[in-house]
Amino acid sequence: MSEMPDPIKNPEIQFTKIFINNEYVDSVSGKTFPVYNPATEEKVADVQEGDKADVDKAVAAARAAFKLGSPWRTMDASQRGRLMQKLADLIERDRVYLASLEVVDNGKPFADAYDADLGEVINVIRYYAGWCDKICGKTIPADGPMFCYTRHEPVGVCGQIIPWNYPLSMFTWKIGPALACGNTIVMKPAEQTPLSALYMGKLFMEAGFPPGVVNVVPGYGPTAGAAIAEHMDVDKVAFTGSTEIGRIVQQAAGKSNLKRVTLELGGKSPVIVFADSDIDFAVANCHHALFWNMGQNCCAGSRTFVEEAIYDEFVKRSIERAKNRKVGDGFQSGVEQGPQVNQEQFEKILGLIESGKQEGAKLGCGGKRTGEKGYFVEPTVFYDVKDEMKIAQEEIFGPVQSIIKFKSIDEAIDRANNTTYGLAAGVFTKDIDKALTIANSVQAGSVWVNCYDPGLIQAPFGGFKMSGNGRELGEYALHEYTEVKTVSQLSIIRNLYICPKSTILD
Amino acid sequence: MDASHRGVLLNRLADLMERDREYLANLETLDNGKPFSVSFATDLALSIKCYRYYAGWAGKNHGKTIPIDGDFFCYTRHEPVGVCGQIIPWNFPLLMQAWKLGPALCTGNVVVMKPAEQTPLTALYVAQLAKEAGFPPGVINMIPGYGPTAGGAIAEHPEIEKVAFTGSTEVGKIIQRSAASNLKRVTLELGGKSPNVVFADTDLDYAVEKSHFGLFFNMGQCCCAGSRIYVEDKVYDEFVRRSTERAKRRTVGNPFDPKNEQGPQIDEEQMNKIIELIESGKKEGATLNCGGDRAGDRGYFIQPTVFSDVQDGMRINNEEIFGPVQQIARFKDIDEVVERANTNTYGLAASIFTSNIDKALYMANSLRGGTVWVNTYDVFDAAAPFGGFKQSGSGRELGEYGLEAYTEVKTVTIRIPQKNA
Repeated sequence: MSEMPDPIKNPEIQFTKIFINNEYVDSVSGKTFPVYNPATEEKVADVQEGDKADVDKAVAAARAAFKLGSPWRTMDASQRGRLMQKLADLIERDRVYLASLEVVDNGKPFADAYDADLGEVINVIRYYAGWCDKICGKTIPADGPMFCYTRHEPVGVCGQIIPWNYPLSMFTWKIGPALACGNTIVMKPAEQTPLSALYMGKLFMEAGFPPGVVNVVPGYGPTAGAAIAEHMDVDKVAFTGSTEIGRIVQQAAGKSNLKRVTLELGGKSPVIVFADSDIDFAVANCHHALFWNMGQNCCAGSRTFVEEAIYDEFVKRSIERAKNRKVGDGFQSGVEQGPQVNQEQFEKILGLIESGKQEGAKLGCGGKRTGEKGYFVEPTVFYDVKDEMKIAQEEIFGPVQSIIKFKSIDEAIDRANNTTYGLAAGVFTKDIDKALTIANSVQAGSVWVNCYDPGLIQAPFGGFKMSGNGRELGEYALHEYTEVKTVSQLSIIRNLYICPKSTILD
Repeated sequence: MDASHRGVLLNRLADLMERDREYLANLETLDNGKPFSVSFATDLALSIKCYRYYAGWAGKNHGKTIPIDGDFFCYTRHEPVGVCGQIIPWNFPLLMQAWKLGPALCTGNVVVMKPAEQTPLTALYVAQLAKEAGFPPGVINMIPGYGPTAGGAIAEHPEIEKVAFTGSTEVGKIIQRSAASNLKRVTLELGGKSPNVVFADTDLDYAVEKSHFGLFFNMGQCCCAGSRIYVEDKVYDEFVRRSTERAKRRTVGNPFDPKNEQGPQIDEEQMNKIIELIESGKKEGATLNCGGDRAGDRGYFIQPTVFSDVQDGMRINNEEIFGPVQQIARFKDIDEVVERANTNTYGLAASIFTSNIDKALYMANSLRGGTVWVNTYDVFDAAAPFGGFKQSGSGRELGEYGLEAYTEVKTVTIRIPQKNA
């Protein structure tokens, strides 16, 4: 990796309007909403607030762009790929700016925004660009004199509602497969972090995407988000966020037009550390598994199960590591942890920390706010955590690690699975049987062996149980953006090259 | 190297070819003789698209996990085959190079390529671009030379794990025999004598134009040229008349002059072979409607030639001419034409012109050719597999299918304590 460039500490916020039909427009109501920098608690912009009326406009634009005979529908699949590659080139060009914008909006350290977030963004778009002309149906040897084949068509107008923890990354996880399959999009970025999504509008135009293919409507969940989920002319909704809202989205889809639904929701992912693993390696990985992105990760390793024999040493080293975690403004170099995204999250995390103290978990370090301005929380480690405690059951979404003791592998599996969530899991062991047993037994969409969250965009990601349904990334994501049509034609079909004449051919 | 990074390198190569597109097109025309307008608009475009297509496959060559009986974890790895020898022809130098390098590199193989001795120049330039793109040393090696020597060395080499050859059926057989030395995997794209069936219910002008293109494109030097045209009785005479007229209008000359549709044949050997076959056509009694001779006395130019009343036994009906010589024959009955079309040792391509949906599908299913075109000709796409039935070759290039020849499948089976579905 080449040298890290300098961030732009005061990036100019160029786009604050709603993006529809390749134009930036004001909200129908004229209302705006504020966007804050969580490191300073200061407002950085007023963004046009989209509501139902704006969503209606965006859906109409996306529908028009999807019509038979439209530039997008008649475009060669390989050409879609070329537009996407061009988009990736433009993001690469503006990488420093976009990473800086991400820091202002979300608070994450610039090095992470530049390297991890933007790196992934570019790779995801290039990955899906490569799929465009490889989305194939089948011809099928069905019974009878039939010519039978499937077309893999786009679903249509796709509503996409994304969260604030990885604003631009989440944006590309959604648009990548959707565009590769030929859909059109109405995207609602999180109200906490709309800025990078709005900038993308300019890049879509520059790359040459026809108007209406991608539309971005910033706004709130209960208004703009609900308008998308309930819309009678949206063919599919994809939502990433909390399980609580995920249920609302699914209900809205059922109440309206039975639009297809995919959900990426919360998690309380277990990491299981066996005594035969390299303890320093496990401590470092488990620390990263929880504390990465200020703990604001749907797949954070938030229940750390450690085998009895190494438990005490593991706790000791984890506390030491957490005490050394550098917290501060994302633009400062060397910072590992920025602020939480906003006041609401900040207070929720502190509340759950209190519950941990009250319910009798042992506090190894942290446990409170740090600094007086900005939503900074001290890296916190609880140990001797019991399964029934709130901190072991509820998603905290903050820098709070819970370390739990276990004795046997079967017990670890049962306790790991004893949750309504099922997003991810990690296991640290050198033993081949243990590794494969855990991998096969844990109810989680992603299982990481001797690593955590490697960020593999070629591999599908998604939840068991109430962590969601459907898969994103990899080839599997394409299934969610494809509508299969079977065409069966009665015809004079022979497999031999000579066949008796038929009256139909006269 | 991450598989996806191989894709980044292939895309970079495509970018560089785009940068040097005009130069490459000029070099291609200088070496091969095809009109510059075609080198630029077709050969370069398709070559670049091919690299981009295979760039997109890098990181997507999935193996499987398989639910076998017993307490096992079973999966396949799709590994590269290894060192691949690739021997390419002179008719589409850059494109044939792309068809070979694309799938081989995206799947992680390394390559020893021998471009045709008639047309090595663009291949060597592309090797330099590959270096500029960042391919590590030794991944792509380019050795110009002759078939019996350099080509033979590749086909027989004990440490080459696979050979891919595009060229004549005659040499393809030699390659296959040589490969037996160490059982290297073999894929072949060979010759053809592809049938083009024109029914009476089709738009005749359109069929004439497409059939003309299907034969005369690239100076007739296309493995899949539509070189046996079967025209339904009812419209036969008119088809012959219009095809002759069209051939007479075909402009032949300096390929750098934009007004010319047809350049020279590749070399003297080919030119002589074509003229010899034209003579056989005359001798065996086919009707010569136009052309039939060399054009001019400098450069290997041949007059666009149209034979009609071609009989199945004639040499011009059975042997690959690889020149601007069109054969038109008459048919009455659909089953008759299917049998005549398929009675041939080749099986590379075929086409049908008809407006009837049942005829179209019946013919498409009955004709023994790796690629069948309906109401068109010579439509190529990096995503659609291409290859021959019978002695037109074995294996398929392009599309996802093109990855198979460059993939060695390894099955791994690991014992586990307990299998659960």
